[in-house]
Amino acid sequence: MTFTQLQEDARQEWNALRNDNNPQIMIGTATCGRSAGAMAVVKAFEQELEQKGITAHITEVGCIGPCYAEPLVNIAKPGKPTISYRNVTPSMVTEITDAYLVGEDPLAHYTLGTFGDGKIEGVSRVLDTPSFKPQERRVFRNCGVIDPTNINHYIANQGYEGLNKALTMTQEEVVDIMKRSGLRGRGGGGFPAGRKWEAGLKAKGTPKYVVCNADEGDPGAFMDRAVIEGDPHSVIEGMIIAGYTIGSQTGYIYVRAEYPLAIKRLEMAIAQAHEKGLLGKNILGTDFCFDINIFPGAGAFVCGESTALTLSIEGKRGMPRVAPRPRTTEIGLYDKPTLLNNVKTFASAPMIIVKGAEWFASVGTEKSTGTAIFALTGKVNNCGLIEVPMGITLRQIIYDIGGGVSDGGEFKAVQTGGPSGGCLPESLLDTPIDYDSLDEAGSIMGSGGMVVLDEKTCMVDVARYFLDFTEIESCGQCVPCRLGTKQLLEILKDICKGRGKEGDHELLYELSHSVHGGSVCGLGQTAANPVLTTLRYFKSEYDAHIYDKCCPAKVCKSLISYVILEDKCKGCTLCAKSCPVNAISGEKKQVHVIDQSLCVQCGVCMEKCPNKFSAVDCVSPRVKTEVS
Amino acid sequence: MNNVNITIDGLAITARSGMTVLQAALANGLYIPNLCNHPDLAPAGLCRVCVVKVDNKKIAISCKLPVQDGMAISTEDPEVMQIRKSSVELLVAYHPLTCLTCEKDNDCELQRVAHYVGVTQEGMKRYRRSVRTIPKDTSNPFFDIDHSKCIMCGICIRTCDELQNINAIDYAQRGVSCIVATLGNKPIAQSRCESCGECVVRCPVGALAVKTAQAPMREVSSICTYCGVGCGLFLGVRGDRIVSVRGDRNNPVNKGSLCVKGRFGYDFVNHPDRLKTPWVKKDGKLVEASWDEALDLIADNFSKSKGDGFATLASARMTNEDNYLLQKFTRSVMETNTIDHCARL
Repeated sequence: MTFTQLQEDARQEWNALRNDNNPQIMIGTATCGRSAGAMAVVKAFEQELEQKGITAHITEVGCIGPCYAEPLVNIAKPGKPTISYRNVTPSMVTEITDAYLVGEDPLAHYTLGTFGDGKIEGVSRVLDTPSFKPQERRVFRNCGVIDPTNINHYIANQGYEGLNKALTMTQEEVVDIMKRSGLRGRGGGGFPAGRKWEAGLKAKGTPKYVVCNADEGDPGAFMDRAVIEGDPHSVIEGMIIAGYTIGSQTGYIYVRAEYPLAIKRLEMAIAQAHEKGLLGKNILGTDFCFDINIFPGAGAFVCGESTALTLSIEGKRGMPRVAPRPRTTEIGLYDKPTLLNNVKTFASAPMIIVKGAEWFASVGTEKSTGTAIFALTGKVNNCGLIEVPMGITLRQIIYDIGGGVSDGGEFKAVQTGGPSGGCLPESLLDTPIDYDSLDEAGSIMGSGGMVVLDEKTCMVDVARYFLDFTEIESCGQCVPCRLGTKQLLEILKDICKGRGKEGDHELLYELSHSVHGGSVCGLGQTAANPVLTTLRYFKSEYDAHIYDKCCPAKVCKSLISYVILEDKCKGCTLCAKSCPVNAISGEKKQVHVIDQSLCVQCGVCMEKCPNKFSAVDCVSPRVKTEVS
Repeated sequence: MNNVNITIDGLAITARSGMTVLQAALANGLYIPNLCNHPDLAPAGLCRVCVVKVDNKKIAISCKLPVQDGMAISTEDPEVMQIRKSSVELLVAYHPLTCLTCEKDNDCELQRVAHYVGVTQEGMKRYRRSVRTIPKDTSNPFFDIDHSKCIMCGICIRTCDELQNINAIDYAQRGVSCIVATLGNKPIAQSRCESCGECVVRCPVGALAVKTAQAPMREVSSICTYCGVGCGLFLGVRGDRIVSVRGDRNNPVNKGSLCVKGRFGYDFVNHPDRLKTPWVKKDGKLVEASWDEALDLIADNFSKSKGDGFATLASARMTNEDNYLLQKFTRSVMETNTIDHCARL
């Protein structure tokens, strides 16, 4: 079957669904949607439709990003824009069905907004909201829109057009278009993708391999999962184009075993692509043959490092190779030339081929073109996955897209780049997001994690938290990373416990630089970033911990005390009754007292004290207790 | 092979192309501190102690850096010294300071490196110290494994892999929990380890130590008595007792390597059960005899057994020359070709 025929069939199926006279219900059932309860919503809709005898199509789609609104249900009625319902629970299903599926009331208070042409009274257009307006959906173009388990949905939306076009081009022409697009590796390193593809093409030796790094290990980063679960064919198409370009016949997707749904989606997509002649022998009737294997990772963070990843596929212990070493494009998997890119890099390739390098470079900055995907989390109103043009500022992301700091809190810092990234203060909020600016500020683009921290966050504690992760995930082969992260963590723990001492500052600084300069791989080289950036921008907090034994954010338990304010306590006894260690004494209607020698700083007393009294206060440094 | 000229801290030296900077420095009598390097093994680049600066720009580890003509290497650059010192101080911070009772005292690379980079008691006070508490593996009859002293240089692992091809040990676990372990982290005696001890002699610290090691009073150059390979070794002696054995690196046969028997099997020399005179069976009972008496008996019996009633089985413990003589004797004196050898497979 020719590609034109494939496209026609697919479009027919897609248009039939679009133009159907029955409503279409699209429910986001990626892992994020499922954990928010989407599967129960699917079931509730199925039952509701059956009970009421309503004909409508239920389609399970991927994720469009806004975690704060999950589970999301999009309802498209003929001739009307699609309405997106947010935070849908099974108990809301009947109401939505009666009001909008049967009737015409859109239930505006339940909606996130509308998608598509047309307007519905009282409901705003999603893409016009401050949260979506600055976004540019390119890698996420199909996520939440198409059924990821149906290859025809993908093909009908320009899917595999890039492959079809690439097969008519020479390998050099593909490299050229990739180079001109300015696409940089989306795994975090930011190496120009076109140059890597060129190196792959020029590398001598057979066989050559194409490897997709889907070992997304950063805590809080889940964009690769969202792309795979919502649009698996985009990744597969990108890999096939890459295979054609460098002259490879075999691809591997190294995907976390902790992503079972992503693996399932990939398996299904690969089988479908085979069926359509888009994968396997003589792709689209050409001489080009390519196949893809899925390799589930065993759970080591360091296996996201390219050389450790290829060793892991070989069945060896995943430890980064020590530099100086040849590039993976020369000696990679099974010591053969290997092109290794991230999920998002491959997913970007098809549209670059279809729409052109200039189109891709039309957004972003000169040196960082295209869009970036972030997982915006922490103390921010609208958390979730966002795709924005490179060059947008941190301020726009946090205040416009993110809707500002949650619970009316005050912004303190933003942590970018995952556990190896850095914490940037308010003064750097106008930093444009691109590889080089973030690097200059002491952080990294990394995997795209972005955690907003408010004034209730202790920066020493944040550094400790991230070092706790890198210390465990270090592979252990080189001294600076294995022992340096351990020592840094022990010092930070001590500081948080009030055991910080003169000279800790200097030692932290010294060790951080040595770990950065002396480690074998990217994990170690960036592991100290949380320490270095917090030391650089929040030094006064370290000083307060070390010299005054004070935690200004009142987070470090060893440095805080809870006290009952005499003038406010009315002796309601609530605190005393809820104290888990019986540290609070006092008669009814008498002022209560906390025995500091028994208190474990759990804070329950403060929570329980009625707002009208607010008689419990948290202080740091600690209240001095009499030694009996 | 071409020679290249490089400078190390301003000193001009000549090196063979293909050498690493560390090899070139050591060959020219210049010390660059190092821990995970061993001349018999491929460089690993894990301890990061041999770090240098290249052409005043790039930080690199000298054990993996090939020499290039005109290269200017600095080992005393402030950044280099900082990284090197931190790595060594970190190792010391997690190493037991029981040097006086350690088998490797005075022969310890960590001591040497710590001394070189200037680790001081004052400097170490800044660190949080702790030592691993994994119990010693004493299961091997000849050597002990003390994980608390291990610096994870990987020399033992690479020795077992690259030199011995046994692969009894490898890295296990991750991060600070990373250890050198056998398959399934079982005691070494239950692994495929052949107790050759090659890792033990290469261990730069006291993590692998011979159980009964005693420093010898003097050393005697000798040849191993176990088999026809004839490995060169030095027997360490106190009085008339052998207390240690080490391979002779200059011996062309074994270049310093030994097997379990040659390295650890010297107990028999001083063993009370060792036969020191011939024994002859008289009236169905074995009794001590003189050499003359025994040899006469053998000659008598041999004389009566010439021809196909006779066979010899030669031993691999004899030299080639001895074995040659034995077959000659069998063929021409005993008049038979029935000859075999215990090493014939």
